[in-house]
Amino acid sequence: MILEGMVLTIEVALLSLLIAVILGLFGAIAKLSKSRIARGIATVYTTLIRGIPDLVLMTIIFYGGQIQVNNLGDLLGWDYIDISPFIAGTLTIGFIFGAYMTETFRGGILAVSKGEIEAAHAFGMKRWQVFMRITLPLMIRHALPGFGNNWMVLAKTTALVSVIGLHDMLYNAGVAGGATRQPFTFYLVVALMYLCITGISDIGLRWVNRRFSVGVRTV
Amino acid sequence: MDYNVIVDNLPLYLEGLWVTIQLVVIALVSGFGLAVPLALMAVSKISFISYPAKAYIYFFRGTPLLVQMFLLYYGMGQFEAIRESVFWMLFKEAYWCSIIAFALNTAGYTAEILRGSIEQTPFGETEASYACGMSKFTMYRRIILPGSFRRALPAYGNEVIFMLHGSALAGVITIVDLFGAAKIVNSRYFVPFESFITAGFFYLCCTFCIVWFFKWVEKHWYKHLRPRTS
Repeated sequence: MILEGMVLTIEVALLSLLIAVILGLFGAIAKLSKSRIARGIATVYTTLIRGIPDLVLMTIIFYGGQIQVNNLGDLLGWDYIDISPFIAGTLTIGFIFGAYMTETFRGGILAVSKGEIEAAHAFGMKRWQVFMRITLPLMIRHALPGFGNNWMVLAKTTALVSVIGLHDMLYNAGVAGGATRQPFTFYLVVALMYLCITGISDIGLRWVNRRFSVGVRTV
Repeated sequence: MDYNVIVDNLPLYLEGLWVTIQLVVIALVSGFGLAVPLALMAVSKISFISYPAKAYIYFFRGTPLLVQMFLLYYGMGQFEAIRESVFWMLFKEAYWCSIIAFALNTAGYTAEILRGSIEQTPFGETEASYACGMSKFTMYRRIILPGSFRRALPAYGNEVIFMLHGSALAGVITIVDLFGAAKIVNSRYFVPFESFITAGFFYLCCTFCIVWFFKWVEKHWYKHLRPRTS
């Protein structure tokens, strides 16, 4: 039962990571763009998200979003839409960590040396091509440590989805612990599972980091 | 949006704010007190001393705060020995459980920050203090710890903000902090949007205050690093 929950936890984590990376990329581009509106929106986004606790954001989106969507639905004549905890949880976590990713990616892009981007422009690449072929691959190396940290925090944040009623590891452990009157044992198992997830990602991230830093000479 | 509900319940929110501040401040102070010896243990060259500290840091940084809190609040009652000891006075109260969980958690993170900054101490400083004839204890007290606190400041500022955000979890185990207050307002009037956004607004203000405070401290502590202005 806890293993089932773990599968769900990992699903939530990976899906929200995907959302976070996409949002983070757009956010970073917006923050570095020349357009003042794009910069403003991105700044408001990152400041708001990083200033409000994730649990509060999750309840705003889960409870509040439900009502807003259905208000909108009434106007447009849709049927009643039920936002499942899974969707709300994944979207919120992705939305929150998109803000953190924005900062990480922004730092990574700024760390790419100007000469390489200028060279790409000199080759006659379009701006989109420069970004896809030069900036993005080079930025990954600089952004990886921050990305790794964000992923670790994200994996741990998934525990919050149990609060909005999703049957993840923690929720199932609570049920099992209540039924057997051994809550400590079950919560400890969950804690160890999380340690496994973070431990394995730590090893994985180190490996990826080595791969991406092949060309870098260190002491 | 119905703002009258919020205005009517403002006292409740302010009470919640006060509880949140209590939780965060007590947890941070006691967590910091725990973090300093932990960090000193973790940098020790004797593995017998450093491993327990490293294991502690690894556990508390590797598991979610919510799980740690549940372990204390729901888990501790499983043991007969604890239920009959004097500690049960603490563990049966959600308030103390969450404070203990927050303190242990932030101690883990702070110890890791301090460990990093202690290890970054320039070797010359250590060498110089030995040359001055300082004992190890005096060296740590006068040279290494003050320097590493200063280096740890920006990272510690982030940790304080994370602690503030983490404190919202106390609302889950029935404490009426800011989030708990929002939950009560929501369940009484069913205004999820307004109630939680108000709580979010209060948290946002707290975050800004913390950011400003740390900027101010940095200005003082980093005075010698600022470029000279004529």
